[in-house]
Amino acid sequence: MTTPESPTTSVTLEEVRHVATLANLQLTAEEEPRMQRDLNAILEHVAALSKLDTTGVPPLAQVGQLLEVHAAPAGASLRADQPAASLNRAAVMEEAPETDGRFFKVPKVIER
Amino acid sequence: MNFETRTIGSIHAALQSGHTTATALATEHLARIRTHDQVPGEEINSFLALASERALAQAARVDDMVRRGDPLPPLAGVPMGIKDVLTMVGAPATAGSAILKGYHPPYDATAVAKLDAAGAVLLGKINCDEFAMGSSNENSAYGPVRNPRALDRVPGGSSGGSAAAVAAGFVSASLGTDTGGSVRQPGAFCGVVGLMPTYGRVSRYGLIAFASSLDRVGPFAHTVTDAATVLGVMAGADKMDATSATAAVDDYAAEAAKPVAGMRIGIPKEYFAEGLDAEIRAAVEKAVKGLEAQGCTVHHISLPHTEYAVPTYYVLATAEASSNLSRFDGIRYGHRTEHPGNLSSLYRESREEGFGAEVKRRILLGTYSLSAGYYDAYYRKAQQVRTLIARDFLAAFEQVDAIVTPITPTPPWKIGEKTDDPISMYLADIYTVAASLAGICGISVPCGETSHGLPIGVQVLAGHFAEGKLLRVAHAIESDHAAA
Repeated sequence: MTTPESPTTSVTLEEVRHVATLANLQLTAEEEPRMQRDLNAILEHVAALSKLDTTGVPPLAQVGQLLEVHAAPAGASLRADQPAASLNRAAVMEEAPETDGRFFKVPKVIER
Repeated sequence: MNFETRTIGSIHAALQSGHTTATALATEHLARIRTHDQVPGEEINSFLALASERALAQAARVDDMVRRGDPLPPLAGVPMGIKDVLTMVGAPATAGSAILKGYHPPYDATAVAKLDAAGAVLLGKINCDEFAMGSSNENSAYGPVRNPRALDRVPGGSSGGSAAAVAAGFVSASLGTDTGGSVRQPGAFCGVVGLMPTYGRVSRYGLIAFASSLDRVGPFAHTVTDAATVLGVMAGADKMDATSATAAVDDYAAEAAKPVAGMRIGIPKEYFAEGLDAEIRAAVEKAVKGLEAQGCTVHHISLPHTEYAVPTYYVLATAEASSNLSRFDGIRYGHRTEHPGNLSSLYRESREEGFGAEVKRRILLGTYSLSAGYYDAYYRKAQQVRTLIARDFLAAFEQVDAIVTPITPTPPWKIGEKTDDPISMYLADIYTVAASLAGICGISVPCGETSHGLPIGVQVLAGHFAEGKLLRVAHAIESDHAAA
């Protein structure tokens, strides 16, 4: 594989709206052009990465991979699957915007 | 403001000798904050919430220990503050965001619980950039923080409030978090010590996540020894955080006190290139001379992928943020829009109302680079470059024990100066983000002032879990600067 083409750095307003939808954000009419401008400025800067030939370089998700101190084979680093005390339910539910004390309440999802 | 600043060691001695009590110290520091943090027109605005009840109860426990003649734990009676991205029972946790306004966490972060168990008196929660996203502490939903050393200037970010609270004498030490420089840079801007431990050294359980492959919890303090003491209390594996490391925890304060003679110091040419302020360059070079005078050898090295660190960081950090911040949806905690039409609009409107501009910008950028068609060109590419950046450091640490560089290309800028230009703000992180990507440890140590009296800090970097070496070099720089 050769160095990939410089990624396109011209994000359209339509793409801004699409990405906002993917991210569950609802931008106001004033925010959209501003975000478009900023995203394009940032992506133009990020395009510098395409100058670098990374053929054969493995991706690094987190440094544990590099040090091999976190990676444990076959789940050896996972703790035993034993029940233990968890957070107080009442204290947790109290922070919810709408709850009956047992469940989180949301607007009706299925109409019938 | 010219408060007496108390180190951890001096507090320990004053409590033991009966010169003061933990209760008197807590009361005095709470009063300082109440009187001086919110002076109209000169507000530092470092504290978002005080936890007086919890602090005074802890102080009373410490005083009981003194009365009984019990051995005092390492942070007994030390007034501290916690960055608002960490959870602490007894005070709200907002992460500087409107979306978490009034949220009361039901548990302590592990780092907070360990401070508490070591006797620290936790006075309250400290202002920061929203979800730790920023380099100036101007992105907080609760107003910007001013730099106590120059009130018209930023304290740095994102842990600006934590650095400012130490610099102002409101606390003896504080906790911040460093994802791309958020402890080291505000440390430099406010003239205090700021320590970023190795990735995995300190548990992140109870940290409101920004970028999970980068986030670290680290202390601010007046001295290198104090920062070492706080690190020693927090460090170690935690069953609640699978990324916390089992590497042995050293006696960091003892390590810091060891002589540096014979240590090899690397000076990477890429960190002294065009764009570096002349006074900062001179101060850092002077610190290096001081290390040479103490018997270190200086080696000119290269970290060839440095120029790619900022774009790599902003692709990876925003991608992780876009994923992490999807949990804020108005269902389980935090802000919910008042009249949601349906479930989908509940999510979208709650998030639209709750998030600030910088957070939305980063979520959008992260979502974009992870989206179909762009993943390989941006996200995967950045992960590959991250490998190259990390390899630069691994190779360097075969030749040298520590690396010394500037932390920021400029002194602290004026409040409002860069708020309309995200790129210029991101570029200010040029000397800090590479170490974040590589997962190594780093520290900022005050090393001088500009001709206008603005603080200058120097950065020391050391390899993974080499905090002992890091602190030795930092302590040597500090001693040299104090003697000058």
